[in-house]
Amino acid sequence: MNVRPPRVKGLGLVAWLAGILFFLPIAWMVLTSFHSEESAATNPPSFAASLTLDGYRDFFGTAGGASPWPALVNSTVASLASTLFVLVLALPAAYALSIRPVKKWTDVLFFFLSTKMLPVVAGLLPIYLLAKNTGMLDNIWLLVILYTSMNLPIAVWMMQSFLAEVPIAVIEAARIDGARLPTLLARVVAPIAMPGIAATALICFIFSWNELLFARVLSGVVAQTAPVFLTGFITSQGLFLAKVCAASLVISLPVLAAGFAAQDKLVQGLSLGAVK
Amino acid sequence: MTATTTVPVAHARVGTAKTPGRLRAWATRAPLLPALVFMIVVTQLPFVATLVISFFDWNALYPDARRFTWFANYGEVLTDPDLRKSVLTTILLTATVVIVSLVVGLGLALLLDRKFRGRGLVRTLLIAPFLLVPVAAALLWKHVLYNPEYGLLNGLLHYVGGPQPDWISNTPLLAVETALVWQWTPFMMLILLAGLQSRSPELIEAARMDGAGNWQVFRYLTLPHLRRYLELGALLGSVYIVQNFDAVFTITSGGLGTANLPYTVYQSFYQAHENGLASAAGVLVVIGSIIIATFALRVVSSLFREEASRA
Repeated sequence: MNVRPPRVKGLGLVAWLAGILFFLPIAWMVLTSFHSEESAATNPPSFAASLTLDGYRDFFGTAGGASPWPALVNSTVASLASTLFVLVLALPAAYALSIRPVKKWTDVLFFFLSTKMLPVVAGLLPIYLLAKNTGMLDNIWLLVILYTSMNLPIAVWMMQSFLAEVPIAVIEAARIDGARLPTLLARVVAPIAMPGIAATALICFIFSWNELLFARVLSGVVAQTAPVFLTGFITSQGLFLAKVCAASLVISLPVLAAGFAAQDKLVQGLSLGAVK
Repeated sequence: MTATTTVPVAHARVGTAKTPGRLRAWATRAPLLPALVFMIVVTQLPFVATLVISFFDWNALYPDARRFTWFANYGEVLTDPDLRKSVLTTILLTATVVIVSLVVGLGLALLLDRKFRGRGLVRTLLIAPFLLVPVAAALLWKHVLYNPEYGLLNGLLHYVGGPQPDWISNTPLLAVETALVWQWTPFMMLILLAGLQSRSPELIEAARMDGAGNWQVFRYLTLPHLRRYLELGALLGSVYIVQNFDAVFTITSGGLGTANLPYTVYQSFYQAHENGLASAAGVLVVIGSIIIATFALRVVSSLFREEASRA
């Protein structure tokens, strides 16, 4: 019924203007990425310049510097592998925190959350020293381990709330049929909680893909990730706006896709499960 | 919100205390252990190591000169003008970004809470900035918008015959803050929108029946209900932004007085190789975060309990 405030004319228009204003930099970035370097760097801006794919060719081509492919592959490996590890560790943990809760399960839950509040810089130096002395520097699997620890608390929180919604009768039935825990999780719990697990995976993927500090400090040439590759554009290199825009867009594309796919669960993930 | 068919949260789930034998207790705990042990090893041990290193005078370039110095590093961190400035910068940066994006986010959430044509699309447009890779967003601001010669901002000013400022050199901290506000406003908006949509429709309807106007509903019903969502947004935003490295690193490379603590810690061991000092500064960041986190955990926990009692 009349829950919402009565329609005030014009407020929809204000919302539209705000939306466009926030989106404008991205729209401009998309347009610039399709301009030639010359028309990208004009003042006043050339809105109607002819379109070209040169920016993208430059970015993917090796002519003007290193190829982005190794970095994109590294980011893909690091994000997918860490997300997989997170799910494998978080699913049983969430089970022990919701379906068959251990004693003091809320305390455990909050321990996980508190590790998320520990700043990355707090442990960076010892990890760096350890990696250096064990020859793990510039190794993508070191990043996989760290990204797993970075995302595990989020995943445990999210999955705990998703598993709490799995009907208890289904689980009891499977247990009576003699299903052991791994089977129970894989065959009964996971299929029911699939939408939630998928959203969790997407959010973990986004965080791993975006991460810069660990990657910057702990990777060199071999294990360089996509955000580290982007830092190569920090100092300007003559006319390179179209290339920067193309690079930023290409590297953001997986995150944009994952983010829109997980739109409804995004808040829940970002608020560590506090907001549904 | 949650369907009425959902089973009540945890507490009363599969019988826990039928035979509380030790074996059984361990069987219950077993699925939890891999995740718990992994977290302790990967996050807690390094911090303990940082704490230990922070008591040493240790420059990586002179490993032989390493010695135990008690709190000397902390003294140095707290008296070093550069480091003190970075503490101040961190506080200023975090507070500004959190407050501004919270206020703007609230405005946007209120706008999006009403029905209008194309609401879904506007929501999508507004979320987009948050879904750029942070480094990419920072590069966009640095090169494409702020550039004094051909950036979009000066390009648009050109049309109205305005001045052509060098944004990053003139107002470096503001430049970083603006870019961060742009990225974080959608986050605040999403949290507050979730808060608005969890209001009780009956209560608002009853208030309207009693003749409450828009402002009264907002002031006496919406705002008190939103309080915890505002707190949550502020605290989570603080936790994330205190740690911000990407924007500072990309837009100003820590120059022009924009170096915050994470950047300073990074610089002091990665470039200056001052392991002891970097660790002490790192411990200080942690102490700051713990203060924020204590409040954050309290808010999360109260929302969590409310959720549990409602289910």
